[in-house]
Amino acid sequence: MSEQIAILKSDISVKFGDNAFKFSTTPVGDHVVEASKETVPALLRYLKEYAGYNFLMDVCGVDYPNREKRFDVVYHLFGSIDSRRLRVKTQVADGESIATATTVWKAADWFEREAFDLFGIKFSGHPNLRKILTHHQFVGHPLRKDYEADKQQHCSSVLPIHFDNTPEQRGDQLDSRYVPLNIGPSHPAMHGTLRVMVELDGETIVRAMPEIGYLHRCFEKMAETHPYNQVIPYTDRLNYCSAPMNNIGYCMAVEKLMGLEIPARAETMRVILCELSRIIDHIIAVGTGGVDLGALTAFFHLFTFREKVYTLFEKLCGARLTVAMTRVGGMAYDAPEGWFNDVLRFCDEMSDGVEEISKMLLGNKIFIKRTQNVCPVSAQDAIEWGYTGPLLRASGVNLDLRRAQPYYGYEKYDFDIPVGTAGDIYDRYLVRIEEMRQSIRIVRQACKNVPGGDYTVRDKGVVLPEKKDVYGNIEGLMNHFMLVIKGLRPPVGEIYSATEAANGELGFYLVSDGSASPYRLKVRPPCFAIYQSFPDVVKGSMLADAIATVASMNLIAGELDR
Amino acid sequence: MSDTVSDKSLEDMSKSFALTTRLDAIAAWGQRNALWPLPYGTACCGIELMSVMGPKYDLARFGAEVVRFSPRQADLLVIAGTITEKMAPILVRIYQQMLEPKYVLSMGACASSGGFYRAYHVLQGCDKVVPVDVYVPGCPPTPEAVLDGVMALQKMIKDRTPRPWKEGWVSPYEINANTIPDTLTSSRVVDSMTRGSGV
Repeated sequence: MSEQIAILKSDISVKFGDNAFKFSTTPVGDHVVEASKETVPALLRYLKEYAGYNFLMDVCGVDYPNREKRFDVVYHLFGSIDSRRLRVKTQVADGESIATATTVWKAADWFEREAFDLFGIKFSGHPNLRKILTHHQFVGHPLRKDYEADKQQHCSSVLPIHFDNTPEQRGDQLDSRYVPLNIGPSHPAMHGTLRVMVELDGETIVRAMPEIGYLHRCFEKMAETHPYNQVIPYTDRLNYCSAPMNNIGYCMAVEKLMGLEIPARAETMRVILCELSRIIDHIIAVGTGGVDLGALTAFFHLFTFREKVYTLFEKLCGARLTVAMTRVGGMAYDAPEGWFNDVLRFCDEMSDGVEEISKMLLGNKIFIKRTQNVCPVSAQDAIEWGYTGPLLRASGVNLDLRRAQPYYGYEKYDFDIPVGTAGDIYDRYLVRIEEMRQSIRIVRQACKNVPGGDYTVRDKGVVLPEKKDVYGNIEGLMNHFMLVIKGLRPPVGEIYSATEAANGELGFYLVSDGSASPYRLKVRPPCFAIYQSFPDVVKGSMLADAIATVASMNLIAGELDR
Repeated sequence: MSDTVSDKSLEDMSKSFALTTRLDAIAAWGQRNALWPLPYGTACCGIELMSVMGPKYDLARFGAEVVRFSPRQADLLVIAGTITEKMAPILVRIYQQMLEPKYVLSMGACASSGGFYRAYHVLQGCDKVVPVDVYVPGCPPTPEAVLDGVMALQKMIKDRTPRPWKEGWVSPYEINANTIPDTLTSSRVVDSMTRGSGV
């Protein structure tokens, strides 16, 4: 990998001249390029077109109020051919603007709007640089360090129907030839917190515009004001359909930054949890997808299996949905006796369930007519928009981080990665249902080979001692006290760590200043990148197809709005 | 015809086919056993609410299975999830669009108090903008707790518990209130019956 970077470095020196950029590799192995803000667009374009970094995963800001140039703008790039990652960083002063990356990647659109909303970083040339997460009456930029976490600002009105600006038309001016229609946020197909505004010609969509932020719960600000372990319950509530996966993604980032190796037993337990979560997440995606198309039975039938997984989680930790089951360093508890056998029994039941659902939906004539060749997304567009996960694979790109950048021993397991061809809605469900089968395979293999040993590391500076020690001896008590008061403190540094969550790449960009809480924690939510393509994807299709598209994207407001 | 009726005493009538009750009591009986919930699921609690409606816990057993997404057709607003500042005006509008008699169940810590989101964009409890009848604790509450909350509400309806928080309620956003015509917010007949008997 370092060889690759050396080649890249020499290539870039030839193109841009020596000393134009500062290359470095962090202690955890992330490759970083620091550039001046003027050179960033040219550099990004070069990296995309000639260096194989075809994905823009994330754009975010970091605030350093005491620095001359206050903000860092951080781009995370990914090359799918050999799974290479690169971080491009640049500095911008307050009030200064930086050229937009939307001309290079469409995916930059919402990420830049978010950085503008939360930090006030201006991106010149961005076509629609408006607020995205906070409400329209909100004054200030909440993720700046000088904005207090609990300073609320009330909102008293709802924005009228509006659209993105285009070169031909201003977004706030409606066309009198068409019918404007508002859907949501309180609408059965909008899953509670999404709002879609459309302009219709008959039933055909002329323009569409999603409005998000109705569930912006300030996750990133909360993370900055809480100790590392107290952030774990907040991560539960990102993608609440598969809470353990977020726990694991976050803990993995912190552990990597600290250089912790978790025991083999914890790794296997995490794999089992991940795959069970993937199954129940797909249950929601497929079930509610059916509901939005008018098929209620599949949802109720599938929910029986979700309840069974809840029972497994309850046995493990006492909670059903928001489990907070991992800790930095391993798991919170060991599995109770017989738990792995319970999981195996569930796998048998679930296999039958998947076959039933597969027959019920994928073979159903109405379902096929509603989904096949509806709003397809090509592989090229999918990459351009930053699609990951089942949607990207439905478009025909074979990329799964479990295979591309294996973690927790995924390379040991025998499983297939389903890939679609058309990228339409049908393929998305096809991929999801096949992934459920593959997850069952992985869980079976994992449960049959659970390593013995401890379920967590026993580092006094990281993990709380067991309760029997806290109550039983003075050393345990002191240990507990010190860790609670002082908190666990990763070294100064930063890391981007990604896992394959149910919806796609769930990335955590963690900046530590050596204190007991994260300096900055940016979540790269998979459905945020996916949803920004919505206006393009549904343009020219029927309104009912747009509803089916929203359902197939599996938008979970918790991680979309954070 | 009139002769035959006057011949029978009231007691005889009750033995044959009639059942004596108060009109408001039988109206309350109907109301509490046929709640039509509007699932306002904004966050994680919405997923638990699916469990409550789902096959295992089955809210239908308590007469509340007719889930209505139209506020015009619902009489129980189940606020399941965090209400952000951005969402608050919409919540109020939904509540105003519901017809009387209407009840609100706040499900979970976020809806009840903001929960552990003491944050810049989160409303610190939906009771800041709408009158809440039942609070269900938990993050998210177990389905059993939600069922308990619904049963508590049924008891309130049965006992005709006074609801001063509801009677004195005015919308915090008067501008939106004026956009709804009076005719649409007028009470149902049943409501005027229950209200007539000294609530």
